[in-house]
Amino acid sequence: MNTLSAVWTWLTTAANWSGENGVWHRLEQHLVLTFACLVISALIALPVALTLGHLGRGGALAINLANVGRAVPTFAVLVLLLLTPLGRHGQWPTIIALVLFAIPPLLTNAYVGMREVDRSVVRAARGMGMTGTQLVWRVEVPLAFPLILTGIRIAAVQLVATATLAALVGGGGLGRIITAGFNLASTPQVVAGAVLVAVFALLVEGAFELARRCAPDWARGPVR
Amino acid sequence: MTAPPPDDCLARNDWICGDYLSTRRQILLDAVGQHLQLTVISVALGLVIAVPLALLARRRRWTAGPVLGITTVLYTIPSLAMFSLLLPVYGLSATLVVVGLALYSLTLLVRNILAGLDGVPAEAREAARGMGFGPMRQLLTVELPLALPAAMAGLRIATVSAVALTTVGAIVGYGGLGNLIYAGMNSFFKAQVLTASVLCVIIAVVLDLLLLGAERLLTPWRRAGRRTRVRTRAGAGAKRLVTAAGRRT
Repeated sequence: MNTLSAVWTWLTTAANWSGENGVWHRLEQHLVLTFACLVISALIALPVALTLGHLGRGGALAINLANVGRAVPTFAVLVLLLLTPLGRHGQWPTIIALVLFAIPPLLTNAYVGMREVDRSVVRAARGMGMTGTQLVWRVEVPLAFPLILTGIRIAAVQLVATATLAALVGGGGLGRIITAGFNLASTPQVVAGAVLVAVFALLVEGAFELARRCAPDWARGPVR
Repeated sequence: MTAPPPDDCLARNDWICGDYLSTRRQILLDAVGQHLQLTVISVALGLVIAVPLALLARRRRWTAGPVLGITTVLYTIPSLAMFSLLLPVYGLSATLVVVGLALYSLTLLVRNILAGLDGVPAEAREAARGMGFGPMRQLLTVELPLALPAAMAGLRIATVSAVALTTVGAIVGYGGLGNLIYAGMNSFFKAQVLTASVLCVIIAVVLDLLLLGAERLLTPWRRAGRRTRVRTRAGAGAKRLVTAAGRRT
């Protein structure tokens, strides 16, 4: 009970929210980092996935990438990049690590989405004389859209989590509140930071779920 | 007169260093031991909780929503936050890491076991009932074996994820190889960070292969039918989940 009230006190103290180490600044860093990395990784992963999916090649790569990514500890990659010459360039090790771990879910889901498009629909479109490009944009991408969106959602939630870990290697973001709490041996601050991170992650996940519910039927896909 | 500094790979701080392996053997073995212990105990704990939960969600359909909802929420929480949230309860202890990792395994296992049970063909269920099997016998001899491929897929993902996530336990001092990575980061000890990272991946791959072998041994009927029937329905369901679940950080 004591810890809970201490956490509440920490969260309601205005001084903890303002300034360089304040919650607002950390939240802004977290948001910017997550969003920028999501855009970068989508720009890398989606064209590759759509091309491979359309051509039906590289399936083993696209599927196994997710499995390989799972076995590599994020923390290890963050530290490894920090110790390379890249580590002297501010945020770059963090950004590269985040992008690396956001690519597998984007790539795998978009690829599976493209491949799961009903073959008879594809053949019908070809029979109607559609070119490859028309086929991709008018048939395959719209039908694969729900899974592409699922990939983006997983990548976004993943990025929020990875950005939290970046605090361990000196990056910014909400994770910094937690690591600072550990350094100060302040359990209330650690827990308060964790609550903020958890709420932020759940809000991101919730926002995607809400967007999916409000989306038109074709973008929604089967209910999971 | 002092001796000149030694010119070996440790002094040069090389990424790959044989001397590191030979001089720090005991530290590495201890870290690997702790890593394996944390991983195996947490996944086992997750499994012990997940099986009854999945069975409950299957028997009493109204519990499926809340069970899946709560586990999904748990899975969304980043690992650093999860460990931090458990800090007031368990303090700086190995239990904290084990419980945190078990909660993640729980999610993957419940989802996959449920998918496996849902994938059991209705004909198999009806045949069992027709042969006079009671609910318990049907569960143990028909449904669980047929759900095994999907459950094992979940177990493999949970184990591999747990190996990677254990490193984050370094924040409370119980991260197995993560401790070495953390210490190596603070002292810019490249060989230590790279060696510990590679060992992490090796542990994950070895455990994954062991579980794959166990799955083969436990499901001999799938081996026999591999040429004719490549995918069972349960297996296909699990494959879909693999892509949807992503990974945890």
